[in-house]
Amino acid sequence: MSSEALLAAAVVGDRLELSAAGDWTADRANDLERLVMAAALPTQSPIKAVRVDMERVAKLDTYGAWLLERLLRGSRESGAAADVINLPDQFRTIVETVHQTTELPDPERLRRTSVLDWLATVGENIAEVGRSALLFAQMLGAVTFAFLRVFWRPRTFRFTSLVNQIDLVGWRAVPIILLITFLIGAILAQQGIFHFRRFGADVFVVDMVGILVLREIGVLIVCVMVAGRSGSAYTAEIGSMKMREEIDALQTMGFDPISVLVLPRILALVIAVPMLTFLGEMSALYGAGLVASLYGGIQPEVFMQRLREVISIDHFMVGMVKAPFMAMTIGIVACVRGLETKGSAESLGAQTTAAVVQSIFLVIVLDGIFAVFFAAIDK
Amino acid sequence: MSISDSGFDILSIFDDGPEPQLDISQDIALRVRNLQVKFRRQHVLKGVNFDVKRGEVLGFVGASGAGKSVLLRTMIGLIQPTSGTIEVFGQEFSKAKELREQLIERHWGILFQHGALFSALTVRQNVQFPMREYLNLSPRLLDEVAAAKLKMVGLPPEALNKMPSELSGGMIKRVALARALALDPAIVFLDEPTSGLDPISAGEFDNLIRTLQRTLGLTVFMVTHDLDSLHSVCDRIAVLADGKVIAAGPMSTMLASEHPWLKAYFRGKRGRVGATM
Repeated sequence: MSSEALLAAAVVGDRLELSAAGDWTADRANDLERLVMAAALPTQSPIKAVRVDMERVAKLDTYGAWLLERLLRGSRESGAAADVINLPDQFRTIVETVHQTTELPDPERLRRTSVLDWLATVGENIAEVGRSALLFAQMLGAVTFAFLRVFWRPRTFRFTSLVNQIDLVGWRAVPIILLITFLIGAILAQQGIFHFRRFGADVFVVDMVGILVLREIGVLIVCVMVAGRSGSAYTAEIGSMKMREEIDALQTMGFDPISVLVLPRILALVIAVPMLTFLGEMSALYGAGLVASLYGGIQPEVFMQRLREVISIDHFMVGMVKAPFMAMTIGIVACVRGLETKGSAESLGAQTTAAVVQSIFLVIVLDGIFAVFFAAIDK
Repeated sequence: MSISDSGFDILSIFDDGPEPQLDISQDIALRVRNLQVKFRRQHVLKGVNFDVKRGEVLGFVGASGAGKSVLLRTMIGLIQPTSGTIEVFGQEFSKAKELREQLIERHWGILFQHGALFSALTVRQNVQFPMREYLNLSPRLLDEVAAAKLKMVGLPPEALNKMPSELSGGMIKRVALARALALDPAIVFLDEPTSGLDPISAGEFDNLIRTLQRTLGLTVFMVTHDLDSLHSVCDRIAVLADGKVIAAGPMSTMLASEHPWLKAYFRGKRGRVGATM
């Protein structure tokens, strides 16, 4: 079977006689294509006719039939008459079916390389940034409106959903938040002690850790964790609801998706993130105190006293005030991205990635704005 | 004697032997014997027996929840049967996973109910996906065969560069059929091929299945609820009820049956129009 030549050629006068044999099937399509290409006539060839004898072909499928068709078309294009003889009856339909494929596809679009396309991509991305900002503002407005409407008609508020979301994004996040902030506090203290010791300034590590954790690190770490943990979940949930037309279903039943889905989620974050921030800050300070006592030889009483001296309520409030705003940013970005999801699984992945990246970025930008603000009011 | 026998057996382990081939010229394409599927509490299939002959179209019907989908999913290897055997061209595959991957999956195509096109790939990439996996072909031949397959299912080559989300329901089914036929399979499994299509498109799809079945010499195993499909496409019909095949035969047998469920199904209000055809 395989030893027999799939396609043998002989020239008789001005006629090329090809005799096909064996299995003209998908498994042998690679060899067949080579043979068919080899049998193609050169331009200006003296051969005026091509005849393909299919008598000894044992099997023929779409692949074989197409290659036969390509052979015939190629011969005709180079000006020779082409025909098939002795085609077994059982193969007639497939050959005729394949013959009906007249339009061939363009090759797949090549990757764009020109400078103009590169510039176009840059432009598209900038426009996309602008669009994201617009969508953010739109969602902020819609959520505010939905929130105000709750005061007017409190019964429309989804209280159960809110409680459920607080459980998911707040309560269940407590262990991981405690662990991460504990470790961050411990690492900060260890690094501080290690470097401050050279100047005999060990005890200033308490100042550093206290201020850093309460003002900046605590809330930032918590927000990054929440963006990765809950923001991505929001996008994926709302995105897959969008894909399965659940959002459309809600709308046609007279429900506002913003009030039903988005508002409880964002409120849950606004309530849960300050709580998590408080817990995280305490955990970080505990970690720092533990390391200070075990590694730095700063007794817990000394640590506590030093902390009381350097930390005022202002430091604590500066950290806590930021938390609800950052929570809202994360929630809005996540819900916007979810609602932007299109039909494909790829789009859901892209939107979830965008949600996490954008919300972490915006949280840090917001932190910077707050830093400028607090510096201006001397807090 | 016995020593030399066992010695031969041990040696034969190291001998790879000829690569296994699936003989697709046998008369029985699918043979299902005493197939049982149990889930934790439910006993869904309680000993299903049937054959599908090579080159025939077998339509499977049954009440919603009778286990048709479980049967189909078991036959294509997505559910492990509790007991029983499934033979594809004489090769029992339900236990041997390697055999299934190398031999059988190359020879069958499956049309899922909702198409199951890969949403991240274009139509062209969807149709070429199995070809790229199993065959080593040049890009030109891949494109040309993909166009030929699309032509067979009645789609223009412009559709090649579209994404599945840009297609209508009928087009999705056609592309999914083209993908199922990509490797020129011997057996095609169709899960409710005409569901969700309007009667005209459904009729066209029936004709398409019939034409392709004749052109490519396919064996078709089809789960359907469409009485028109059963009339116009299927050579034989098998009825699944209570976890067993309660009847099998051509449409005339079904119409003549006095079984109450068959009577209600084939001779009920919705069946009448078809029955008079």
